[in-house]
Amino acid sequence: MLEIKNLHARVAEEGTEILRGVDLTVKDGEIAAIMGPNGSGKSTLSYILAGREDYEVTEGDILYNGESILEMDPAERAASGIFLAFQYPLEIPGVATMTFLKTALNAQRKARGEDELTTPEFMRRVKSSAADLQINPDMLKRPLNVGFSGGEKKRAEILQMALLEPKLCVMDETDSGLDIDALKIVADGVNALRSAERSFLVITHYQRLLDYIVPDTVHVLYKGRIIKTGDKDLALKLENEGYSQIIDEAA
Amino acid sequence: MSSVTELRPRTPAETRLLQLAEAQGENENVRRPAIEALRREGLPTRRVEAWHYTDLRQLMGKRLGEESAIEALRESGETVLEPFLHGSSIVDLGTSEGSHLPKGVSVAKSDERSDWKVTPNRLDRSIDTIRALNSAFGANSSAITVEAGAAPDHAIELRPGVGLSGHAHTRVSLGAKAKATFVERLDGNAQGAPSTGVTELHLGEGSEVLWIVDQEKGLDAVHLGQLHVRLEADSLFRLFVLNAGGGLVRYEVHTDVVGEGADIQMRGVNLIRDGQHIDVTTTLNHTVPNTTATETFRNVVTGGHGVFQGIIKVARGAQKTDAKLACNSLLLSDEGDFSAKPELEIFADDVVCGHGATAGEIDADHLFYLMSRGIPADKARALLIKAFVTEVVEELEDEALQYVLEARIDDWLSANG
Repeated sequence: MLEIKNLHARVAEEGTEILRGVDLTVKDGEIAAIMGPNGSGKSTLSYILAGREDYEVTEGDILYNGESILEMDPAERAASGIFLAFQYPLEIPGVATMTFLKTALNAQRKARGEDELTTPEFMRRVKSSAADLQINPDMLKRPLNVGFSGGEKKRAEILQMALLEPKLCVMDETDSGLDIDALKIVADGVNALRSAERSFLVITHYQRLLDYIVPDTVHVLYKGRIIKTGDKDLALKLENEGYSQIIDEAA
Repeated sequence: MSSVTELRPRTPAETRLLQLAEAQGENENVRRPAIEALRREGLPTRRVEAWHYTDLRQLMGKRLGEESAIEALRESGETVLEPFLHGSSIVDLGTSEGSHLPKGVSVAKSDERSDWKVTPNRLDRSIDTIRALNSAFGANSSAITVEAGAAPDHAIELRPGVGLSGHAHTRVSLGAKAKATFVERLDGNAQGAPSTGVTELHLGEGSEVLWIVDQEKGLDAVHLGQLHVRLEADSLFRLFVLNAGGGLVRYEVHTDVVGEGADIQMRGVNLIRDGQHIDVTTTLNHTVPNTTATETFRNVVTGGHGVFQGIIKVARGAQKTDAKLACNSLLLSDEGDFSAKPELEIFADDVVCGHGATAGEIDADHLFYLMSRGIPADKARALLIKAFVTEVVEELEDEALQYVLEARIDDWLSANG
């Protein structure tokens, strides 16, 4: 599914290097967790996967199903099946949520050579996914994310993910700002999407999320490199001992 | 004619305007003093603060070519237009005739003229430029009355005459508790001749007006308009201006709030492309206590020049005034520019007043978010531009009206976005 090879990247404007040789492979159907202390480059990695222009890849490559995606813009990546659940989903006044969802869904279908959805079929899918995520339909009448609480925004991200049916889901600190009930709803939503053809890259600070979304692999990112890889027990160990021991070992 | 006149040579625009004014056949006695005033004062220079950003002498000179024959302007044909809002009554401001007027609404020809010695914009000269031109061109004058308590179901659409008759003076009076919607339809184009419109709108106690300006003139048209509003106690004046055309356009709105409890809600969208100069100039003048006003203009600039001047004036004693104005511009190209001049002039000490102007490009974070969901760059940009202006349209609440305005905005954006 995803192969990141010796990826180096810096902030395009000021040149600060953030990623310093990331190597990571995520297999089809795998849930890979990325953990790491603040400032280790976790969010940067998620933005670079989604194609944000603020970062510049200086070395290495990102292969998605065997093909480099570095030359693709964010919309092309999305249409090919990459989805980023934002840590801070943006509020966009004036853009109706339903218009946005329909535009995005049909743009992706069109890019893949599929027919656009009819309005009744689209509505049916939105209603069904919204019910699963306990999203009040009135919320969807508002402009995109405007006036949503932190938890509502995160649920709305998972709703978008469910509707767009991506192949590779990158989740950037989806647990931040969620209380335990909201966390369970979000995790249930994610688990419902698990399949042999869909992979997840779950970025988080805390082990807590991984109690609900159980990962196959856990990777520790530190100063722009993966310094340790293990299974879900590694997350528990980090929770108990903190990052310092692993950082010392790597050094 | 005083000798002072001769100190400044006449510009081609001034010469042409006087020639056009002289060519008008009617209302000779009414026109003469205005023509003489123009002859004496000329057009305002950039040193006149009210016209600093819109230099008529230079901007009109480019657009009022001498080649357009006056005879052709006389013969400019009628255009067939669907009403802006379905079911509207139409009032022809060229002839003061109304068709299918609703109960309680009447239209009559009037002999009133624009008094150019009244200057609702305090930054203008001793003569009001738009009013002087309106009179000099012999504007046809109409008086429209909405009886006390009348509340017609449908809008009343005001259409100026065409060609040389594109000058209207209109007095609109609403009796107590009357409620009406007006559409000022500024469409069509007579190449080489300017059009002007001066409207005196009087809102009686407790009355409500929704005034829509739909300006979609041709890109070589020159239009100067002024709406002067007087609000009695507890009246509500709502305004929506759409500028989506015109070559050189200035639309002035000046409000005098003279009764307590009155409320003003001004909204507008200016869509500006290369070759255009679009100016909206407003005054919120609060002279009594306990009145409120909000004003928001959103501008999309793909080229050309946009101007916004807005002042909130609060007189001594007009306590508890609550007034805010904002002017936000989306600059989509290096080829266009926008000048915004928001001002406050406050002589009372217990008021809430604010003003602000912003100008910027499309938000890169918003664009990335939409694209990360698979929406291609051009479509994502279009969505965001539309969103920027839709916000003020949605405040109108009337869904039929929103639909009509959004359709026009969509047309413009798909042609120019």
